[in-house]
Amino acid sequence: MPAVELLNISKSYGTTPAVRDISLAVEAGELFGLIGPDGAGKTTLFRILTTLLLADAGTATVAGHDVVRDFRAIRNVVGYMPGKFSLYPDLTVQENLEFFAAVFRTTVAENYELVKDIYEQLAPFKNRRSGALSGGMKQKLALCCALIHKPQVLLLDEPTTGVDAVSRQEFWHMLGTLKARGITIVVSTPYMDEAALCERVALLQEGQVLRIDTPAALRAAYPWPLYAVRAARMHPLLQDLRAYPAAHSCYAFGEAAHLSLRQPAPDAAARLTAYLTGHGHTGVVVEPVEATIEDTFMDLLAQRQPSPNSAHDQPAQ
Amino acid sequence: MTNPPNNAAAGRASAAGPVITCQQLTKRFGDFVAVNGISFEVAAGEIFGFLGANGAGKTTAMRMLCGLLGPTEGAATVAGCDVFREPERIKQHIGYMSQKFSLYEDLTVRENIRFYGGVYGLKTAAIREKTTALLQRLGLAAERDTLVGSLPLGWKQKLAFSVALLHEPAVIFLDEPTGGVDPITRRQFWDLIYEAAARGVTIFITTHYMDEAEYCDRVSIMVDGRIDALDTPAGLKRQFGVASMDEVFLHLARGAKNVE
Repeated sequence: MPAVELLNISKSYGTTPAVRDISLAVEAGELFGLIGPDGAGKTTLFRILTTLLLADAGTATVAGHDVVRDFRAIRNVVGYMPGKFSLYPDLTVQENLEFFAAVFRTTVAENYELVKDIYEQLAPFKNRRSGALSGGMKQKLALCCALIHKPQVLLLDEPTTGVDAVSRQEFWHMLGTLKARGITIVVSTPYMDEAALCERVALLQEGQVLRIDTPAALRAAYPWPLYAVRAARMHPLLQDLRAYPAAHSCYAFGEAAHLSLRQPAPDAAARLTAYLTGHGHTGVVVEPVEATIEDTFMDLLAQRQPSPNSAHDQPAQ
Repeated sequence: MTNPPNNAAAGRASAAGPVITCQQLTKRFGDFVAVNGISFEVAAGEIFGFLGANGAGKTTAMRMLCGLLGPTEGAATVAGCDVFREPERIKQHIGYMSQKFSLYEDLTVRENIRFYGGVYGLKTAAIREKTTALLQRLGLAAERDTLVGSLPLGWKQKLAFSVALLHEPAVIFLDEPTGGVDPITRRQFWDLIYEAAARGVTIFITTHYMDEAEYCDRVSIMVDGRIDALDTPAGLKRQFGVASMDEVFLHLARGAKNVE
């Protein structure tokens, strides 16, 4: 039995579709990512799974309980960390944790072992009001509060948005520890690099699933010959690569540009180097590169909207 | 100086030398040193990445450079204006955009442009002219009477960026401008940044996306109120012997004591 299952779930707000016919299943003990930008439908899915929102169509279960019929049972077995900080800002760190334990008719002592590693980092601030904590600390406290009743399924809505790279890395380390204890985790993020840290991910855009797979399979699914191209100046490099006749797509990727070609050619790198040198670029390095999940995601976005530029040049209706 | 130069002249004068200068700029709140003697210069047309962990002092430093917060000590100029003595004049020479502060959702695209044009003291004719040009450049002419609240986030960001440049500032401060959008839209936003920089606008940008740090000409990394590293992305990676800006950042920020 999957720990989380969505079957043909749809939800609109007025005339705006938020989630369109989404089906997916998360296995027990899995670390599953919902990856996509704002407006992809991530929060709506979490609100349906936490029984806070009724879907217009479709069915969903969490730990075998139906989200409509068995909503009370679900509330006891899920831990939910909403995207917006939702603890009591006027209660201290310790008071918040005790409050959430009490609501679930348990005690901090009962399940302390589960939150110990995280809570110890907050211990120096345990008498501070939670509203006065930093972003990274709030995030850790919210995770503790979502865990204190020892949930079977942990639902985390963009826990790392707006958090710096150090706190993000620590947070993902914590998720790994929780997963090792057998907790099923569904986590959403707009950061593509975090997708690689999940066992499987669903790539979402505008309420629809683009693809569900393991990170390795998503990388392998990239269909075009891909090259990392470096040169002294990025902006002119991007402009010239976009104008390259054999180019399929070109996007900046950190210090390199990723260029995909319409078709493979044995001398592609040499020809491209000559083209760029001819356009006055210096320090040109062209090498074949494995696609990242972000390459795949962008390729799926572009396929969805036949011309990526025109699609993005026109606001959605 | 008996007759202060007019604003336009100040803006032009600064374009020759560095557009931002900071010497030992410091801000204390009681006993807490939020910004601890930072020094750097930013050249005209440079894309300057301003990185640091949450609580490192970035926002405080940025608020001082924008003329929103008086420094405790040190010296700094922005577009030729002194941050101690001329905080109001600074605001006429800078643009500012963040995720938290941008456009009015209940005004239309055109109303937002007119509003900000007015705030920045542009004449009605100039606003009209710039509105047309801006809508055309962004491909938003058909959406001119649409409420900004109903535009996709990526479009709001592009519009907010263009509106912040309406008064042709010497510098634009971008505080995590690209949060929440899809990876293609995020890169399109960077095209706008590159174009502005190519026109000579100085870009001062904070971001949590480490790949975006790579797109900057130079990057500074604040740790506990100090600037612990400042160089080109390639120089920083060499200095710390690592392959990515992510690793540079983690290396530096892990030692931080101030977790706000």
